[in-house]
Amino acid sequence: MVRETTIDRTQGLHPILIALAAWIVPGAGHLWGGQRGKGLVFLVVLPLMFAVGLALEGRLFPFELSQPLVALAAIADVGIGAPYLAGKALSLGGGTVTAVTYEYGNTFLIVAGLLNLLVVCDAWDLVTGRK
Amino acid sequence: MHSHFLLLIVFAFFVSTVFATLLRDDIAQHIRFGADLFGSFVVGAVVFGWLMFPIPL
Repeated sequence: MVRETTIDRTQGLHPILIALAAWIVPGAGHLWGGQRGKGLVFLVVLPLMFAVGLALEGRLFPFELSQPLVALAAIADVGIGAPYLAGKALSLGGGTVTAVTYEYGNTFLIVAGLLNLLVVCDAWDLVTGRK
Repeated sequence: MHSHFLLLIVFAFFVSTVFATLLRDDIAQHIRFGADLFGSFVVGAVVFGWLMFPIPL
Protein backbone atom coordinates (compact mmCIF):
# COMPACT_ATOMS: atom_id res chain seq x y z
CA MET A 1 0.00 0.00 0.00
CA VAL A 2 1.52 3.28 -1.14
CA ARG A 3 1.46 6.00 1.48
CA GLU A 4 0.32 9.44 0.36
CA THR A 5 3.10 11.96 0.29
CA THR A 6 2.82 15.28 2.06
CA ILE A 7 2.61 17.11 -1.25
CA ASP A 8 -0.29 14.89 -2.39
CA ARG A 9 -2.26 15.80 0.72
CA THR A 10 -1.44 19.46 0.64
CA GLN A 11 -1.89 19.81 -3.13
CA GLY A 12 1.30 21.79 -3.31
CA LEU A 13 0.47 24.25 -0.54
CA HIS A 14 2.82 24.75 2.36
CA PRO A 15 1.61 22.99 5.54
CA ILE A 16 1.82 26.25 7.46
CA LEU A 17 -0.78 27.80 5.17
CA ILE A 18 -3.03 24.84 5.72
CA ALA A 19 -2.53 25.08 9.48
CA LEU A 20 -3.44 28.76 9.27
CA ALA A 21 -6.57 27.88 7.35
CA ALA A 22 -7.33 25.21 9.96
CA TRP A 23 -7.10 27.86 12.67
CA ILE A 24 -9.25 30.42 10.84
CA VAL A 25 -11.94 27.92 9.86
CA PRO A 26 -12.36 25.07 12.35
CA GLY A 27 -12.12 21.80 10.44
CA ALA A 28 -10.63 23.30 7.27
CA GLY A 29 -7.36 21.44 7.75
CA HIS A 30 -9.12 18.08 7.88
CA LEU A 31 -11.33 18.94 4.92
CA TRP A 32 -8.21 19.86 2.98
CA GLY A 33 -6.46 16.70 4.10
CA GLY A 34 -9.28 14.52 2.79
CA GLN A 35 -10.98 13.70 6.08
CA ARG A 36 -14.30 15.27 5.25
CA GLY A 37 -16.32 13.66 8.03
CA LYS A 38 -13.98 14.90 10.71
CA GLY A 39 -13.71 18.30 9.10
CA LEU A 40 -17.46 18.74 9.00
CA VAL A 41 -17.84 17.73 12.63
CA PHE A 42 -15.26 20.32 13.70
CA LEU A 43 -16.78 22.91 11.36
CA VAL A 44 -20.15 22.55 13.07
CA VAL A 45 -19.35 21.67 16.67
CA LEU A 46 -16.60 24.15 17.51
CA PRO A 47 -18.30 27.35 16.29
CA LEU A 48 -21.50 26.12 17.90
CA MET A 49 -19.70 25.70 21.21
CA PHE A 50 -18.32 29.22 20.82
CA ALA A 51 -21.79 30.58 20.05
CA VAL A 52 -23.18 28.89 23.14
CA GLY A 53 -20.46 30.58 25.16
CA LEU A 54 -21.49 33.97 23.81
CA ALA A 55 -25.15 33.18 24.46
CA LEU A 56 -24.28 32.35 28.05
CA GLU A 57 -22.90 35.90 28.34
CA GLY A 58 -19.28 34.88 28.53
CA ARG A 59 -16.51 37.37 27.86
CA LEU A 60 -13.95 37.53 25.08
CA PHE A 61 -11.01 38.55 27.20
CA PRO A 62 -8.60 41.32 26.13
CA PHE A 63 -4.85 40.81 25.74
CA GLU A 64 -4.00 42.44 29.03
CA LEU A 65 -0.45 41.35 29.81
CA SER A 66 -0.56 42.97 33.26
CA GLN A 67 -3.05 40.26 34.20
CA PRO A 68 -1.47 36.97 33.10
CA LEU A 69 -4.59 34.84 33.55
CA VAL A 70 -6.64 37.28 31.47
CA ALA A 71 -3.97 37.20 28.78
CA LEU A 72 -3.99 33.40 28.78
CA ALA A 73 -7.78 33.38 28.50
CA ALA A 74 -7.48 35.80 25.58
CA ILE A 75 -5.02 33.50 23.82
CA ALA A 76 -7.44 30.61 24.32
CA ASP A 77 -10.35 32.67 22.97
CA VAL A 78 -8.41 33.54 19.82
CA GLY A 79 -7.84 29.84 19.21
CA ILE A 80 -11.27 29.46 17.63
CA GLY A 81 -10.27 31.65 14.69
CA ALA A 82 -12.88 33.34 12.52
CA PRO A 83 -15.74 33.10 15.03
CA TYR A 84 -13.60 35.14 17.45
CA LEU A 85 -12.91 37.76 14.80
CA ALA A 86 -16.58 37.86 13.88
CA GLY A 87 -17.57 38.19 17.51
CA LYS A 88 -15.19 41.06 18.04
CA ALA A 89 -16.34 42.78 14.85
CA LEU A 90 -19.95 42.52 16.01
CA SER A 91 -19.01 43.77 19.50
CA LEU A 92 -20.08 40.52 21.08
CA GLY A 93 -18.44 38.89 24.06
CA GLY A 94 -18.50 41.89 26.34
CA GLY A 95 -19.49 39.56 29.13
CA THR A 96 -22.03 40.20 31.85
CA VAL A 97 -20.26 39.58 35.13
CA THR A 98 -23.50 39.56 37.07
CA ALA A 99 -25.08 36.92 34.85
CA VAL A 100 -25.65 33.55 36.44
CA THR A 101 -24.14 31.85 33.41
CA TYR A 102 -21.11 34.17 33.04
CA GLU A 103 -18.48 31.66 34.18
CA TYR A 104 -20.08 28.91 32.15
CA GLY A 105 -19.95 31.16 29.12
CA ASN A 106 -16.28 31.87 29.71
CA THR A 107 -15.61 28.15 29.99
CA PHE A 108 -17.37 27.39 26.73
CA LEU A 109 -15.49 30.17 24.92
CA ILE A 110 -12.07 29.22 26.29
CA VAL A 111 -12.48 25.49 25.74
CA ALA A 112 -13.81 25.98 22.20
CA GLY A 113 -10.64 27.91 21.39
CA LEU A 114 -8.36 25.37 22.99
CA LEU A 115 -10.08 22.48 21.25
CA ASN A 116 -9.63 24.21 17.90
CA LEU A 117 -5.93 24.58 18.61
CA LEU A 118 -5.85 20.84 19.25
CA VAL A 119 -7.66 20.30 15.96
CA VAL A 120 -5.08 22.48 14.21
CA CYS A 121 -2.30 20.32 15.64
CA ASP A 122 -4.08 17.20 14.41
CA ALA A 123 -4.51 18.74 10.97
CA TRP A 124 -0.79 19.56 10.92
CA ASP A 125 0.03 15.92 11.68
CA LEU A 126 -2.37 14.88 8.94
CA VAL A 127 -0.95 17.09 6.17
CA THR A 128 2.69 16.47 7.13
CA GLY A 129 2.17 12.72 6.90
CA ARG A 130 2.62 11.92 10.59
CA LYS A 131 -0.88 10.40 10.67
CA MET B 1 -30.52 28.08 30.40
CA HIS B 2 -29.78 28.29 34.11
CA SER B 3 -29.66 24.60 34.92
CA HIS B 4 -26.16 23.67 36.00
CA PHE B 5 -26.74 20.04 35.08
CA LEU B 6 -28.00 20.90 31.61
CA LEU B 7 -24.95 23.06 30.98
CA LEU B 8 -22.76 20.20 32.19
CA ILE B 9 -24.47 17.87 29.71
CA VAL B 10 -24.04 20.31 26.85
CA PHE B 11 -20.37 20.95 27.66
CA ALA B 12 -19.65 17.23 28.01
CA PHE B 13 -21.36 16.59 24.67
CA PHE B 14 -19.26 19.15 22.82
CA VAL B 15 -15.96 18.06 24.34
CA SER B 16 -16.57 14.33 23.95
CA THR B 17 -17.68 14.83 20.34
CA VAL B 18 -14.46 16.64 19.48
CA PHE B 19 -12.23 14.16 21.27
CA ALA B 20 -14.02 11.15 19.79
CA THR B 21 -13.65 12.64 16.31
CA LEU B 22 -9.97 13.38 16.87
CA LEU B 23 -8.95 10.10 18.44
CA ARG B 24 -10.92 7.55 16.45
CA ASP B 25 -11.16 6.93 12.70
CA ASP B 26 -14.15 4.63 12.34
CA ILE B 27 -17.72 5.88 12.80
CA ALA B 28 -18.65 3.02 15.12
CA GLN B 29 -15.54 3.72 17.19
CA HIS B 30 -16.40 7.43 17.23
CA ILE B 31 -19.81 6.75 18.68
CA ARG B 32 -18.61 4.17 21.18
CA PHE B 33 -15.66 6.20 22.41
CA GLY B 34 -17.68 9.42 22.43
CA ALA B 35 -20.47 7.83 24.45
CA ASP B 36 -17.97 6.38 26.93
CA LEU B 37 -16.26 9.73 27.30
CA PHE B 38 -19.55 11.58 27.66
CA GLY B 39 -20.72 9.17 30.32
CA SER B 40 -17.43 9.49 32.16
CA PHE B 41 -17.69 13.27 32.17
CA VAL B 42 -21.23 13.30 33.50
CA VAL B 43 -20.79 10.55 36.06
CA GLY B 44 -17.45 11.96 37.14
CA ALA B 45 -18.93 15.41 37.66
CA VAL B 46 -21.77 14.02 39.74
CA VAL B 47 -19.38 11.91 41.81
CA PHE B 48 -17.03 14.84 42.44
CA GLY B 49 -20.00 16.98 43.31
CA TRP B 50 -21.07 14.57 45.99
CA LEU B 51 -17.50 14.18 47.23
CA MET B 52 -17.34 17.95 47.70
CA PHE B 53 -20.73 18.08 49.37
CA PRO B 54 -19.42 17.66 52.94
CA ILE B 55 -16.89 20.46 52.43
CA PRO B 56 -18.26 23.69 53.92
CA LEU B 57 -18.65 26.77 51.74
